Amino acid sequence: MSELQQLKAKDFKSDQEIRWCPGCGDYSIIAGVQNVLADIGVARENVVMVSGIGCSSRFPYYMETYGFHGIHGRANAIATGVKVANPDLQVWVITGDGDGLSIGGNHMIHSLRRNVDLKIILFNNEIYGLTKGQYSPTSPQGLQTKTSPFGSVDAPFNPLMLALGSGATFVARTLDTQPKHMKEVLAAAATHKGSAFVEVWQNCVIFNDGAFKSWTDKTTRDEQTIMLQPGQPMVFGKDQAKGLRIDGFSLKVVPAAEASAWDPTADSAGPAFVMTQLDNDPAMPRPFGVFRSVLRPTLDDLVRDQVRTVTTKRGPGTLKDLLYTSDCWKVG
Amino acid sequence: MSSDTSEIIRQDDVTIRFAGDSGDGMQLTGTQFTDTTAKVGNDLATFPDFPAEIRAPAGTRAGVSGFQIHFSSADIYTPGDAPDVLVAMNPAALIINYKDIKPGGIILVNTGSFTEKDLERADLTSNPLTDGTLSGFRVIQEDINQRTIEALAETTLGKKDVLRCKNFFTLGMMYWLFSRPLEPTLEWLHEKFGKKPELFDANTRALKAGYNHGELLRLFQGRYEVPKVDNIEPGTYRNINGNQAVAIGLVAGAELAGLKAFLGSYPITPATDILQYMSLNKNYGVITCQMEDEIAGICTAIGASFAGHLGITTTSGPGLALKTEAMGLAVITELPLVIVNVQRGGPSTGLPTKVEQADLLQSIFGRNGECPIPVIACSCPADGFECAVEACRIAVEYMTPVILLSDNYIANGAEPWRLPAMEDLPRFEVRFVTNPEGYTPYTRDAKLARMWAKPGTPGLMHRIGGLEKHAVTGNVSYDPDNHQVMCETRLAKVMGIRESIPTPVYHGPDAPDVLVIGWGSTYGAIRSSVEALQREGKRIGRLHMRHLYPLPQGLPEIFAGARRIVVPEMNFGQLARYLTSEYPQFKFETHYKVKGKPFFAPELKAHFRTILEEMA
Repeated sequence: MSELQQLKAKDFKSDQEIRWCPGCGDYSIIAGVQNVLADIGVARENVVMVSGIGCSSRFPYYMETYGFHGIHGRANAIATGVKVANPDLQVWVITGDGDGLSIGGNHMIHSLRRNVDLKIILFNNEIYGLTKGQYSPTSPQGLQTKTSPFGSVDAPFNPLMLALGSGATFVARTLDTQPKHMKEVLAAAATHKGSAFVEVWQNCVIFNDGAFKSWTDKTTRDEQTIMLQPGQPMVFGKDQAKGLRIDGFSLKVVPAAEASAWDPTADSAGPAFVMTQLDNDPAMPRPFGVFRSVLRPTLDDLVRDQVRTVTTKRGPGTLKDLLYTSDCWKVG
Repeated sequence: MSSDTSEIIRQDDVTIRFAGDSGDGMQLTGTQFTDTTAKVGNDLATFPDFPAEIRAPAGTRAGVSGFQIHFSSADIYTPGDAPDVLVAMNPAALIINYKDIKPGGIILVNTGSFTEKDLERADLTSNPLTDGTLSGFRVIQEDINQRTIEALAETTLGKKDVLRCKNFFTLGMMYWLFSRPLEPTLEWLHEKFGKKPELFDANTRALKAGYNHGELLRLFQGRYEVPKVDNIEPGTYRNINGNQAVAIGLVAGAELAGLKAFLGSYPITPATDILQYMSLNKNYGVITCQMEDEIAGICTAIGASFAGHLGITTTSGPGLALKTEAMGLAVITELPLVIVNVQRGGPSTGLPTKVEQADLLQSIFGRNGECPIPVIACSCPADGFECAVEACRIAVEYMTPVILLSDNYIANGAEPWRLPAMEDLPRFEVRFVTNPEGYTPYTRDAKLARMWAKPGTPGLMHRIGGLEKHAVTGNVSYDPDNHQVMCETRLAKVMGIRESIPTPVYHGPDAPDVLVIGWGSTYGAIRSSVEALQREGKRIGRLHMRHLYPLPQGLPEIFAGARRIVVPEMNFGQLARYLTSEYPQFKFETHYKVKGKPFFAPELKAHFRTILEEMA
């Protein structure tokens, strides 16, 4: 029997004690996921959490669902196997900036291009935490870490650009300090049919504390961030007085009344791409919310359909057909 | 055909090598000759030899593609040693192959491709047809290009297309020379080109013209007859290469386990055919995913096994190296998984299209941590089926990854396969756990196999992964004593497989002077050479090992009778070294060859004879 009763967030907590550092941003993300799963009413046995290696990747152990803690960087590949084998499962990938963009970068881009129906949460803290503080592929240039004592000389990835460039059908960003916003974004991801890529800015209190301070601090965040709402004008700032206007391949700040409306469902990924470019301009606010949400066939559906189509056309194969083909000959 | 008055020479055993430019269609010529020969009732074995480059510059030595067939009126076990006949379509094909031909053997040369320019492309400064290179062979020179053009004078095809039919002209000549019927190839042409009458007509004409040419022109001293095998075991047969046999075995193995097969793979020579072949079998519910790399291939398979399918991944040596970490994940999560390694020459990229069996110790030991994985190896193309089924059985019965070793010689070699009766196939149906009572992910059965509960089953939500788990609860555990218990349990489980596998059969006299032990594709050459010496009355015996890890029971009893033990391998003695570590009371002598070529029966025979003479 499947679970029919209305589950609560706590029903998704496993009996294992969580071992993240006190104050870690991961706590708010797991709470967000548990809330969303309860809200959307999915049975626990139909949820699979797959992770790689890193602080974030301990996540499946703390969830009362099926879980698979994989090896470094390979969560997307393992999750692809789970989802394609059984498309009826809701499969989540829990990864980080190191796991998902460095060692696992290849699997990340390919699972997005194939549009495997996976809910991917990328915990971005711009640092390697589990190995105790080395720069990651999202660390800003100049960041001093244990392996970059004189400042990192590596140029970072913008995870959203990477996801859009890979053909992701759902791309979003949220922050660990804004549980309400995170819940909205995660709910949208959970109900999206196809690969959903969610970058969460997550503060590592030990090795990179305050990395996102100017966008999370109450005194500065209104001016420094903009929350994208589908179909709504792009407004930000104190009293929502400012707006963003799309102007060709760039964005400019305008009075709120002149702001463009945001449409994550546009055929072209162009506007979403333009939106990611705000990250490069310190004078502009950083955007959060759903950047892109479009539909195209998922790998898991296409594979299942192909098996069905060929089976219908040729008839289900039997062991005897497999061995005794037309080019056999008899002796004796 | 009955009007043919050529002398008929009976010969019981013939090996032919077809060689030409990789664009000359020699593989097709070879496979057509093979199919016809199988239907005539000869036993046979074949082996193609093609370059790693798809199209090396035309006419160069690098671009030579070959196909060898050995057929006989008795049982045979190898694709043959020194060929009796070489068909050389150009100077490059001639020069790199003629040295392998038996003294006095027939060399048929297409002189139409022996212009100055052709010689230059093959790096030849003089013409081997006239400079004495081929003295000692029976050389038959024929301008096959010109003969084909003449035969197709009435066709509307362009000259280039006409010349592409020259392989069928050549095939026709060989059919005449070895008294083979044309019908099977005509039927094939009809099937292939039925909708393209022009091509059907041209190739049919070329084939028949070649056949008649053999008869009319008396190019050869007579024609040969290789009678069919008299005592051939009754049954239904099918010509099969090793990669096909493994693919069919994997589909069947999943079916016999009551599971759907899921293949996650990445193309790599010489294993790619398995992925291609399994991709054709979607109506068996087979799922194939060509992933972005080798690691993704095995990881999707592991994910699919977690979801309740039979995960499979196929690769060759370099790919096995890439999959190493994920194999450890399958060991610690105790999920069924079949890993096929079609070995090729190494190290690194090595010799992608050549044979070697140097991945044995990598397969048995090559992982971090105490990480036991059962290893089995197939001996010949048809054995690929049984071994693939056996790999699936071990994987699901013991909840473990299994490595199945094949190699390039088996993968591309072909032979008639006597099909098993359906009722003779083993069944090992999987029962998933559905009852939540008392379930933990590491609850074990009598074989120490973990209980398999698949996602989607209510009440059995559990988490597994690469971190060590508590032996009872299945939760993450760093407890030192628990880790030792878990390592010992994983090893004991794999060692327990011994209970389910037979002791290999020893063939030979009691207390032999020499015992020859082999594994993998050396089977045929060892069997041929040992049997030949046994017919001479030598006290020599042989033992073939299918299960390599764990080793089967009963081996010391077999070893004890032998005065000397020799282990021929296409590596520096990996099995010999492993046996020495397991059974230090015996001396295992290595005999190796790492030339990218298989052992040939005569060279093994000579080696064993030397040992026997030393002992006399």
